[in-house]
Amino acid sequence: MTINIKSFFDRILPLSLRANPWFRSGLLALVYLFFLILPTFKFPQNAFVIRVIGYTVLYIILGLGLNIQIGFAGLLDLGYVAFYAIGAYTYALLASGQFDVHLSFWLVLPIAGIIAAVAGVLIGLPVLRMRGDYLAIVTLGFGEIVRILATNLKKITQGSQGIIGIDSPILYYPAFKATFPFFNGWGRLELDSGTHFYYLLLIFLVLVLFVTNRLNHSRVGRAWIALREDEDVAQMMGINTTFYKLLAFGVGAMIGGFGGAIFAAWQGSIFPDNFNLFVSINIICIIIIGGLGSIPGVVVGSLALITLPDVLRQFSDYRTILFGLLLVIMMIARPEGFLPAQRGKMEKKKGEAVIVAETGEEGA
Amino acid sequence: MNVLEIENVTKRFGGLVAINRLDIDVKESSISSIIGPNGAGKTTLFNCITGFYKPEEGDISFYGKSLRKLPPDKITSLGISRTYQNIRLFANMTTLENILVGQHPLLKSTTIEAVIHTPRYRDEEESALEEARRLLNFVGLSGFGDFVAKNLPYGAQRRLEIARSLASKPKLLLLDEPTAGMNPQETDEMTLFIKNLRDNLGITILLIEHDMRVVMGISETITVIDYGTKIAEGTPAEIQRNKRVIEAYLGRGAASGLSLVQEQGSEEADGNA
Repeated sequence: MTINIKSFFDRILPLSLRANPWFRSGLLALVYLFFLILPTFKFPQNAFVIRVIGYTVLYIILGLGLNIQIGFAGLLDLGYVAFYAIGAYTYALLASGQFDVHLSFWLVLPIAGIIAAVAGVLIGLPVLRMRGDYLAIVTLGFGEIVRILATNLKKITQGSQGIIGIDSPILYYPAFKATFPFFNGWGRLELDSGTHFYYLLLIFLVLVLFVTNRLNHSRVGRAWIALREDEDVAQMMGINTTFYKLLAFGVGAMIGGFGGAIFAAWQGSIFPDNFNLFVSINIICIIIIGGLGSIPGVVVGSLALITLPDVLRQFSDYRTILFGLLLVIMMIARPEGFLPAQRGKMEKKKGEAVIVAETGEEGA
Repeated sequence: MNVLEIENVTKRFGGLVAINRLDIDVKESSISSIIGPNGAGKTTLFNCITGFYKPEEGDISFYGKSLRKLPPDKITSLGISRTYQNIRLFANMTTLENILVGQHPLLKSTTIEAVIHTPRYRDEEESALEEARRLLNFVGLSGFGDFVAKNLPYGAQRRLEIARSLASKPKLLLLDEPTAGMNPQETDEMTLFIKNLRDNLGITILLIEHDMRVVMGISETITVIDYGTKIAEGTPAEIQRNKRVIEAYLGRGAASGLSLVQEQGSEEADGNA
C-alpha cells in the first residue's frame, strides 16, 4: 500500500506549473523570505521556535554531509558524529579560555572543516577495500574512539567536564553614514543570541545545499552513484574508485566539521556526551526517512526527526509512542523514503516539449 | 598489427588453475571469438584483460603496452571496454546517466569546476550529453533516455550496456555473451549490430559466445579453450572440423559418433554428385 504522492501533488499543482523554473524559484524565494523575517515576528515562545528551527537546520546540514557518504557514494558510515565532534573541538580549543587561544570564528571555521576532511580521508584510507557491513563496523568504532578520546584526554579537553566559555563569533561589518565618503568605520556585532545563529545556519544551509546539489548533478555525483550501484563496474567504466571514495569521505566530513564548529560557537560549551553514537544514528535515520541520496529528502527527514519530536513535546508522555507510530506508518506507506531520489530528466534538450516518460516506478 | 597480445597467461584460484599458459593474439579491426564449455575460463580471461584479476604468470599487452600492473580504471582509459554476461547496469540511474558514466574517462573537469560551473565545465557537460543522446539513438533506445535502467526491457538493457561501453570510445570491445537470453530475431539483430561496430567504427571486437550461429557467422578467428587451456584456434570452418573441439563439447564417444555421421554425410554427398 504505497501512497502515490506524485498523483496527489498533481491534483494540487499541475505539472506544467511545477516544472516552470520561474514558478519554482519564486516559490523558493518566498520560503526563504518567510524564514528570513520569521524571527522579527512577536509570537509566544518565539525563542523556542527559533531554537528548534536552528537545530533542524543544523541537522539538515549534517544530513547533507552524511548523504554524500551514504546516499551518493554508498559508504555506510556509522561514525559520522566523529567529524562533527572534531569540528566542534577544533573551534572550542582554538577559541576559548582552555589554552587561552582566541582565534576568530571566521578563521577557525575553515580550519575545522579542513581538519575534519583530513580525518575523513585518514579513516577512508584503511577502509578502502571494505564494503557494506565491514565498513559500518569500522566507522562505528571510529566514532566511538573520537568520543572516548574527548572524554579521556583530560589535559586537552577537560574530559567529561567539557569545555565551557567558548567565544562567540564576532561579525565585523562596514557601517555607513549619510555624507561622503559614506564609510564610517567597522561595526562590531557579537553573535550570541539564538536569532544570530539562526541566520548563520540558514546562510550556511543555502551554501551547503548549493554545493551538494551541484555535485550531485555533475560528473562527480554520477561517479559516486555509479560507485554505490556497482563498485566493480564503476571501476571498469574508468572511475578511479579510490579517489572518489576518499572525496566522498572528505567532502562529507568537511560539512560535518563545519556543522560542529557552528554548534560549539552556538552552545558556548561542549561535552563529550554531545557526540555520542545516537547523533550518528539520528542523522542516518534522517537520510533513510527522507530517501537515500535525495537532497529534498534530507530536509523532510530532518523536519520529521528533529522538529516533530519538539512539536510533540506537549504530549510529553505519549511523545515517543506517537513518534514511533508515525515512523512505522511512514515506512509502510513510503518504503523508499518520503522523497526518494529523482534522477534528472535529460533526454529532451532545454526548451523542447517535455514528454514525461512513465517509468512505472510508483506502481500506480 | 596485434591490438591485444596475451602471452603465456596463467591464473590460479588456490589449487584450481582457471587459465593455463594461454596465448591469444587479437588483430586490429577483427572480430574474434572465444568459445568453450561452461567453466572453461572464458570470463576469467576477460577479467584478466580488464585488470580485475591479476594473472600469476605471463603478460597481457595492449598496443604493445603491458597491462600487468594497471588497475581496471587505467586500462579502460587506454581504450578497452567490456560488457557483462549477466547484465550489470547502474540499476537506479537513468539510461542517459548510465551512458554519461561510461564517458567518465573522457571528461576532464575537476570537482571544483563542477561546483562553480566554469565555462569549460558547461561546454564539456553539454557536449557529453549531446554525445550520450547520439549513442542512445545509435543503439535504438531513443525515448528511453529518462527511464531508470532497471525498468528497461531485457533486450534494451543489453543494448544499453553496449552503448555504455561504447561511450568511452574504446579501441577494443570485449563482449561477454552479448546474445544470451535473446530470441532468434533479436540474436540476428545483435549479430548485425556487432558487425556494424567493426565495419563502421573500426572497433576491434573480442567476444565470448555460446550461440554457434553467431560465432560462426561473424568471427574471423575462433579460439577454443577448455579447462583454461587453448585446444584449438582458427577460422570457423577449421574449428567446425576440429576433433578436439567436438570432444570437449560433446565427449569422446559422441565425437567419434559424430565423425561417423559426418563421414556418412560426405559419402552421401559424393554419391549424389
